[in-house]
Amino acid sequence: MGSLQLSSIRKAFGDHEVLKGIDLDVKEGEFVIFVGPSGCGKSTLLRVIAGLEDASSGSIRIDGQEVATVPPAKRGIAMVFQSYALYPHLTVKDNMGLGLKQAGTPKPEIEQRVAKASSMLSLDPYLARRPAELSGGQRQRVAIGRAIVREPSLFLFDEPLSNLDAALRVQTRLEIARLHRRLKATMIYVTHDQVEAMTLADKIVVLNAGAIEQIGSPMDLYNKPANIFVAGFIGSPQMNFIPAEKLGEAGAQGAVKTIGIRPEHIALSRESGDWKGKVIHAEHLGADTILYLETETADLVTVRLFGEHRYAADDIVFATPDKASIHRFDANDRAIA
Amino acid sequence: MAKARTSYLRTGLIHLALISYTLIALFPVFLTLVNSFKSRNAIFRDPMAIPTPSTFSLVGYETVLKQGDFFGYFQNSMIVTVVSIAFVLLFGAMAAFALSEYRFRGNLLMGLYLALGIMIPIRLGTVAILQGMVAAGLVNTLTALVLVYTAQGLPLAIFILSEFMRTVSDDLKNAGRIDGLSEYAIFFRLVLPLVRPAMATVAVFTMIPIWNDLWFPLILAPGEATKTVTLGAQMFIGQFVTNWNAVLSALSLAILPVLVLYVIFSRQLIRGITSGAVK
Repeated sequence: MGSLQLSSIRKAFGDHEVLKGIDLDVKEGEFVIFVGPSGCGKSTLLRVIAGLEDASSGSIRIDGQEVATVPPAKRGIAMVFQSYALYPHLTVKDNMGLGLKQAGTPKPEIEQRVAKASSMLSLDPYLARRPAELSGGQRQRVAIGRAIVREPSLFLFDEPLSNLDAALRVQTRLEIARLHRRLKATMIYVTHDQVEAMTLADKIVVLNAGAIEQIGSPMDLYNKPANIFVAGFIGSPQMNFIPAEKLGEAGAQGAVKTIGIRPEHIALSRESGDWKGKVIHAEHLGADTILYLETETADLVTVRLFGEHRYAADDIVFATPDKASIHRFDANDRAIA
Repeated sequence: MAKARTSYLRTGLIHLALISYTLIALFPVFLTLVNSFKSRNAIFRDPMAIPTPSTFSLVGYETVLKQGDFFGYFQNSMIVTVVSIAFVLLFGAMAAFALSEYRFRGNLLMGLYLALGIMIPIRLGTVAILQGMVAAGLVNTLTALVLVYTAQGLPLAIFILSEFMRTVSDDLKNAGRIDGLSEYAIFFRLVLPLVRPAMATVAVFTMIPIWNDLWFPLILAPGEATKTVTLGAQMFIGQFVTNWNAVLSALSLAILPVLVLYVIFSRQLIRGITSGAVK
């Protein structure tokens, strides 16, 4: 229960092609996250899977069954929306039970499933309330509860945390992770926040301009990005990209056009090192210190140091990249292994 | 201090403007009501005076209730207005939902076409409408009036409601689809309750011209059995003699039902805003 195969999914609105041939295989019980900048087509892809939009071409199979002509309610899916989308005139309990009621499930079973979901999400005290009487976090839990009650083979989350404040976001993120372990259900989750993607996913799908850039586990994407886009998108602060000829590497390796090095893989010293530079700005975050350097050889470089360091603007420093962590990209922006 | 004073002056002026507008708007109503309770001589002697024990008279109301079937006229007006509003709201909301929710070829053109009626007065088509009603055998029926008024009210209703329906969250409708609600259930149970304030606005805008209309009742349904209040009141206005007591009383009575309807709808206007569905 809960596998999904997409093959060459295309979607166009008029002349504008939003999805340009998506192939994806999601195994049972996997937590897959679609991540990408806004407008990359990730939400459209989720809607196509849900059946809220028709694909222009391509096939979608849920549990091995072609679902192109199956209406959303019969696809065995449940969806959690960014704006919660609770029914304003129904109580929390009725909000959660409506889907089952429409499907003709017997009342005692609805009761029992709602009770189970509400205790799982600690919503018991609020069952008789209407959405207007709940806080944002509670509403989002109700929306998740509404999805759980349906016992779907596929959970779809459309940026569920982006309307919550920072503290609540972390808490709800944990809750979703626990839920996934507990239900062992297949989940597909859309976000533009790479932290959510890295912390929750078994498998991340990086989308850009309607096409898949790379699919892999969070650590795969971090350690072995397939191209400059993925390298730049995953990791914060962003990876430094330096034209290879500036470092004199182009001659040695020929095809190498760009060198990438993550801010946390650069060592800093006041005495000696590869690149001499001046600190333009220092951000002291307590756990990290982030420095922006103007170097003579490599232009602007971001460096992330762990812990507190007493660097200030205008200090002269030397930066040394960790040779083993350097990423090399060719003229087509592809990574060179 | 200076600031506070200017703001006093400003609010004072605003209030002055609003109060004078209110007075101007209410004056005819006041005049009608006051004079409907006076004897004929008193009306002409001093139209502005409020009724005193010596000039007080209910003769106008007596005439109205005795002559003609005024209760029947009220009933006709009520039926025509209420049924027309119901049709305008139902069909207007359905058309607006289709225009705002579904992408189809000619969507924009269809929307423009349906809204065109706002700019073209339906009275221009009176002759054709009358011919049509004659051919359909609907002359002197309330059905004729209901049909005409529904047509008259739809353009504005569709225009206003489709704008409002665009603001209803797509996520909410999609959540309904995933929960297995039919498109009808989404329309009636999710969307309509959320656009209730707009529906009340449309109802008020539709109701008043229908209730006050003299043109179409006179042309399409002048028979005794189908007379509306405005038409009924005309029988007291003659070419040489006008029974002002009766006319004023009839008009005073005609205010009441429409006032009741207005109160019902305006409460919806204030109360209808449902929050908490989406952020």
